[in-house]
Amino acid sequence: MKKIIGLLLAMMLVFSGCSKPAETPAATGEDTSSTPAETSTEAPATEDLFKVGVIYIGDENEGYTAAHMDGIKEMKAALGLSDDQVIEKTHIGEDEGCYDAAVDLAEQGCDIIFANSFGHEDYMIQAAKEFPEVQFAHATGFQAAMSGLPNMHNYFTAVYESRYVSGIVAGLKINEMIANGDITADEAKMGYVGAYPYAEVVSGYTSFFLGAKSVCPTVTMEVQYTNSWADMSAENEVATQLISDGAVVISQHADTTGAPTACEEAGVPVVGYNVDMISVAPNAALTSATINWGPYYTYAAKNAMDGTEIATDWCQGYIDGAVGLSPLNDAVIADGTVDAVDAAVTGIKDGSLKVFDTTTFTVGGSSIEDLIANNADFAKYADYVSDGYFHESELISAPAFDLRIDGISELN
Amino acid sequence: MLNDHEVLAKEPFFRITKRAHISNLKSWGIRLIAVVLSLIVCAFVIMAITGENPFNVYLGIIDGAIGKKRRLWVTIRETLTLLIIAVGLTPAFKMRFWNIGAEGQVLMGGLATAAVMIYLGPTLPNGIVLLLVFMASILAGLLWGIMPAYFKSKYNTNETLFTLMLNYVAMQIVTFCIVFWEKPSGSNTVGIINGANEGGWLPKLFGLDYGWSLVIVLLMTVGMYVYMKFSKHGYEIAVVGESQNTARYVGIDVKKVIMRTMMISGGICGLAGAIIVSGASHTISTSTAGGRGFTAIIVAWMSKFNPFVMILVSAFLVFMQQGAIQIASQFGLNENASDIITGIILFFLIGSEFFITYKVERTKAKKEATAK
Repeated sequence: MKKIIGLLLAMMLVFSGCSKPAETPAATGEDTSSTPAETSTEAPATEDLFKVGVIYIGDENEGYTAAHMDGIKEMKAALGLSDDQVIEKTHIGEDEGCYDAAVDLAEQGCDIIFANSFGHEDYMIQAAKEFPEVQFAHATGFQAAMSGLPNMHNYFTAVYESRYVSGIVAGLKINEMIANGDITADEAKMGYVGAYPYAEVVSGYTSFFLGAKSVCPTVTMEVQYTNSWADMSAENEVATQLISDGAVVISQHADTTGAPTACEEAGVPVVGYNVDMISVAPNAALTSATINWGPYYTYAAKNAMDGTEIATDWCQGYIDGAVGLSPLNDAVIADGTVDAVDAAVTGIKDGSLKVFDTTTFTVGGSSIEDLIANNADFAKYADYVSDGYFHESELISAPAFDLRIDGISELN
Repeated sequence: MLNDHEVLAKEPFFRITKRAHISNLKSWGIRLIAVVLSLIVCAFVIMAITGENPFNVYLGIIDGAIGKKRRLWVTIRETLTLLIIAVGLTPAFKMRFWNIGAEGQVLMGGLATAAVMIYLGPTLPNGIVLLLVFMASILAGLLWGIMPAYFKSKYNTNETLFTLMLNYVAMQIVTFCIVFWEKPSGSNTVGIINGANEGGWLPKLFGLDYGWSLVIVLLMTVGMYVYMKFSKHGYEIAVVGESQNTARYVGIDVKKVIMRTMMISGGICGLAGAIIVSGASHTISTSTAGGRGFTAIIVAWMSKFNPFVMILVSAFLVFMQQGAIQIASQFGLNENASDIITGIILFFLIGSEFFITYKVERTKAKKEATAK
C-alpha cells in the first residue's frame, strides 16, 4: 500500500514538474511587455484583450459549420488576432446549452459572440439582454430588429444570388441534354432536396429554379423535404426518388453529400451546397453554391474592436465576396457555361440583374403585384415588392421569400 | 494477468477468493485507488495522443465544470437532471424490469410540460400552471411506463424491446407536435416558450435559478431511498426482482407490483421532463432528453441502486461532460477526448468492483493452499 502511494506521489511530482516550465514563459511574457512593436497580436494582459467567441452547432466534420470556421479563420488572419483571442465552442445544441455557452463566453471576456444555427437565436437574445456591453451576432435569424436590443445582430448572406447562378449552370446542362436529344423540352424537370419547408429553403430553391428558367424556359422542378439539416441516408433516398420520378438535374439545400452520391450512381448532374462535391461525384457534380462567411466576421469583429456600430441586419452577396460558386466541373458542365456565369455575376454586381424579378415568375397564374393589390393573404409582401423585384434580405437579413411559385411543386 | 503455462505447470502465483466481508473504508479505498490509477493512465493517453500536458487538461476540465459560479450551477443543474432520471429508474431495475425507455418517458414528460406552457402559460396564474405542468408531466411519463408494464404482466412481452421502441414513438410524437408549435412555421424549432411572460417557468427559490429543481430532485432522491429501504412496497420490489416465483409463493401479487412500480418509475422520469423543460431549457425538441435516459441507467447500476451514491456518480459524469466543453474550446480537442477520459475512468471503476468482491493473495504465503 505504502509503495503504491509512494509511487503515485513520485509520478505526480514528475507530472507537475513538467507542467511548470511550460507555464512560466507565458506568465513572464505577460509582465515584461516583450515586443510590443512586433505585432499587434501580443497585447499586454489577457483580460484586456479583444476577444471573439463563437458558438457552432457542429464541428469541422459538417459542411455548414466548416464554412463558418473558415470564415472565422479568415477574420482572425485579417485582423491579426492570436489563438487566445478567439474562443470557439463546438456541438452546442439549440437549447439552454446555447445560453450557457453564450453567457460563459461573455464572462470569459468576449467582446463579440457569434452563433451559427437558426435555433440558437432565442438563447442569444436571452444572453444579449444580460450582457448589454457585449455584441451578439446570430446567423440566419430574424429577430434582432424586433428584439430592440442594440447589441443583438442578425447576419446572413445573399446565397440566393449564387444559387441563381448555379441554376444557370444547371439550366445550360439541361439545354445540352435537349440539344443532344436525350430528353425533350417537356421533360426538363429538376429535383431539389430541401431540409425544412420555410423561407430560407424556399428562397433558395426558388432562386435556383429562376436561374435555370432564365436559360431553359420549359424547366419545372419538384422539391422534397428531408426534415433534417444533415441526414445522409434521407438525402440520398430523396434524391433517388426524385431521379426515378424523372428529374434530370438535382440540387440540394441540406448539408451532407447524400444527394451527390445518389446522383453519381444514377449518372444525373447535381448542384451541391457549401462544399465542393467534385471529389464525391466526379462525373455528376456541376458546381456548388457556396457561402463565404469571412467578410461578415471580419466586418463585425473589426467594428466591435473599434467600437463602431454593427448593422442590425447584414446580408451581402457577390459584391462583398460573401457568396460564390465552387469550381465548375469541366467534365460535366455544358459549353458556354463559364461565360454565362461571368455575365450573370457581373449583372448581379452592377444591379442590372435582379434574381427575384417579378416578371419572371407567377403565383397561381397571377403576378405578385396583382396578388398584393387584390388578395389580402399576400398583403404582407407589399413591403418587399417594389421597382419590379422582390427585395430579398433587404428589410431583414434572413430570407423572407416564401412564395410557392408556378413551375415548382412540393412533393411532401 | 496470469501466465497460462505457469498455471498448468505448478500452483499459481495468485489465488483469488471471494471476500466474506469488506469494510466500507476498504471498499472506498479501493475505488479511490482505481480513480487515481485511471487518472494516471488517462494522463499517458492524453500525452500520447494530443501532446498536451495532462495536468493542464485536467485543470481545464475542472475549470470548465466548476471554475466559475455560473459553470458550477450549470453542472449542478445537469447533475440534478441526470440524478432524477436515475432515481426514477431505480425501482424498475431493482425489480429486474429492464426499463430502457427513460428517454421516451422523459420526452413525454417534457412534451406534456411544453403543451401546458404553450396553451395555458400565458393565461393562467403561474402557480396553477406549474401545478398542471407537474401533474401533466407525471401523467405522461406514467402512461409511457405503464404500457410496457401492462403488456409484460398480462402477456409476458419483452420489456426491453417494448420500452426501447416506445422511445422512438415518443420522438415521433414530439416531431409531430413541433409542427404546430414551431416558430416560424417550417423551421422545426419551437424556440423559448413564453419568453416574455415566463408562464410555466420554474421561478427562483432562495434567489437561486435552479432552487426549485434542487429541492424537488433532492426530495425525490431521499423519498426513493426511504421507499426502497423502509416501505413494504420497496421490499416487494426487491423480492420480485430476486425471484418472481418466491414472490408468488409468499403471496405477493407480482402483476400488481410490476404495474405499480413502472407507474412510479415512469412518473418520476416524466417529472424529469418537467424539470428540464420548465426548469431549464424552456423549449422542446426531439433532443430534449439528449441521451440522458440512457446515461442514467449507467448511473443507477454503478450506484447499486443507492440514491445517495447516485448523487456522486451523476455529479462525476456531468462534471466530465461540462469539463469536456471547456477542453474542447481551450485545447481544440474534440469533445470525444473527454469521452475517452470518462471511458477509462469508468473502466477502472467497474474493474475495481472485482477487487472489492474478490481477494487476490500471493500464494507463497500460504504453502498449504494446493491447486485442487
